[in-house]
Amino acid sequence: MNYLEAIKNQSESLQAATPEWMHAIQARGRALWSAQTWPGKKTEAWRYTSLVKVEKTLASAQTGKAAGFEAAVAENTLQFKEALQVVIVDGRVQSVPDTLPEGLQLAAFSNLAEADQRSVAEKLGTVVETEKHLFAVQSESLLSEGLYIKAKKNAAVSVPIYLVFIGSQAANFRVFADLEQSASLTLVEHYLSLESEQEQQLENTCTEFSLADNSQLNHYRLNMQAESALHVGGVHAALAKHARLNSFYLAFGTALTRIDAGVKHVGEGSHTNMYGVYLPRNNQHVDFHTNLEHCVPHTTSEEVFRGIVGDSARAVFNGRIHIYPQAQKTHAQLSNKNLLTSNKAEVDTKPELEIYANDVQCAHGATVAQLEEKSLHYLRTRGISEEEARVMLSFGFINELIEQLELEAIRDYLRPILAKRFARSSELSQHLL
Amino acid sequence: MLNISKLHASVEDKEILKGLDLVVKPGEVHAIMGPNGSGKSTLGHVLSGREGYEVTGGTVDYFGQNLLELETEERAREGLFLAFQYPVEIPGVSNMEFLKASLDAQRAHEGKEPIDAVSFMKQARELCKKVNLDQQFLKRGVNEGFSGGEKKRNEIMQMMLLQPKVCILDETDSGLDIDALQVVAEGVNSLRSPERSFIVVTHYQRLLNYIEPDFVHVLSGGKIVKSGDKSLALELEAKGYGWLGADVA
Repeated sequence: MNYLEAIKNQSESLQAATPEWMHAIQARGRALWSAQTWPGKKTEAWRYTSLVKVEKTLASAQTGKAAGFEAAVAENTLQFKEALQVVIVDGRVQSVPDTLPEGLQLAAFSNLAEADQRSVAEKLGTVVETEKHLFAVQSESLLSEGLYIKAKKNAAVSVPIYLVFIGSQAANFRVFADLEQSASLTLVEHYLSLESEQEQQLENTCTEFSLADNSQLNHYRLNMQAESALHVGGVHAALAKHARLNSFYLAFGTALTRIDAGVKHVGEGSHTNMYGVYLPRNNQHVDFHTNLEHCVPHTTSEEVFRGIVGDSARAVFNGRIHIYPQAQKTHAQLSNKNLLTSNKAEVDTKPELEIYANDVQCAHGATVAQLEEKSLHYLRTRGISEEEARVMLSFGFINELIEQLELEAIRDYLRPILAKRFARSSELSQHLL
Repeated sequence: MLNISKLHASVEDKEILKGLDLVVKPGEVHAIMGPNGSGKSTLGHVLSGREGYEVTGGTVDYFGQNLLELETEERAREGLFLAFQYPVEIPGVSNMEFLKASLDAQRAHEGKEPIDAVSFMKQARELCKKVNLDQQFLKRGVNEGFSGGEKKRNEIMQMMLLQPKVCILDETDSGLDIDALQVVAEGVNSLRSPERSFIVVTHYQRLLNYIEPDFVHVLSGGKIVKSGDKSLALELEAKGYGWLGADVA
């Protein structure tokens, strides 16, 4: 049985185990899925990323019972002073906080009130252009659980929502965050994994954000799974008038990590800040496909992705900016800088600009380089060993983005992890901790 | 302490230093002046061991060691310090982290433990005061967004922290206003001692009003063509480099 068939069969068999309101969505996904041809090297969106490893998983049903996940949560999570933590194990929501701040709704799909079921069913798939993303199609086909978040009009939710994903095998999950007018929210998606011996972990999370007028979302997606993990999925946002999205992506690298991040600016004055970091090594593979769409006049975006690619690892960055004919006065900036720390490492970076309006400012740049000789020399003239200098410069290259992050808990958490990431011994990172 | 003899060096196969001789004894201040393109900055790069600067002939004896055999960081730990003409910006690494890493590297070389954080901070704050830099500069990225003067003051601060034996100042006065120049000169003068020597590379005589040299050398065409005392600098200021003869570019 091939992968396409396996997913179709699995989708059909889900009906008995899932609430009725999901069935139509699953069927819609199945119809799209049946029309899919499996991507190969000639499929542009998958040109540099092979799906052979995904095909081999023949995704099995999710169990939500990864043994020992409590320890993984206790050891690896961020230390917030206060957070609304939701633990999701292999696609199953373990628990949702009982008391929520004023104006915030947070519920598992499996636990929605009837009225909300209808509303979520209507909203799912309205932000993501499902048919354009293979794994969004798979996500619809296999819909069985998700999380619905709503910040009501004018609600300024100051406590971050912290989603901890623990994976050990197959997981399929949806997140939908709905920010009403002038609401604000911080959402952290943190992906961790338990090494599983039987099976390769295939995790697919499709996240959608709907930002109404003047709303603001701070979003962090930290992918820090085990080396063997396969992670696919996407984050898709639609921004109404004067809405603002600040997003940050971190991908350490796994056997396969592919994230499609798309933002549609559909309201004038909307703005996106998108920062990202990827750090694959060994034989890891990370692929970011970002797509910022400016559909109306006076919208702005600033996108900065940086990567350090070592050993035989490979990184793919495809940054598309699409400016519609009517979207005059758009300001869009895209920068992608890469450091290669081994001569077997590879980066495929491709800025993709489609500009149909004539009065816009659009700047883009991509570089692939090694550590700068003059910086290394400078540190060494102060007695710092070449090896420590390399660690410091690699760290600095990434930390420049990290230190701009709004959430202190994330900066504090990432700093030592990153310092150690570039150092083979603790002595080499001692001055960065 | 430093004996440079018949030094030849090339950059990208082009010979820049063509038999340079210089002997520096403890406590001395040597000024090296010369027209643009004479090899002034190359000397600093070669002595610091920068990649791409190939020594093709001659010797450099440093306290009885062959300096040219040592790695850049070893030279630094042995007390050779180069204040850069263009200090490098390193965003994402704080000045404080950088300074402590430098000091600890030197301490390790001397068989000492890393300095504890509290003593280090105290020392770093005092040095900030001495070179008239706000303490906020310790938290900022190394030289990141610093003005020209702030970068040079940061170089002097590093010099004060590391207490080197031989300090090479590569056009430290370039791009400085008179106030910054004074701060830099005061920093250098406060470090003058019978054990410590300076090589002050400069295009203009101005800096030498503040840092009084024992010797002035004119570097031209890759070697020293004239040496004298501080009056030579004044003469150069008045007459330019042309009067020194046809071999001076």
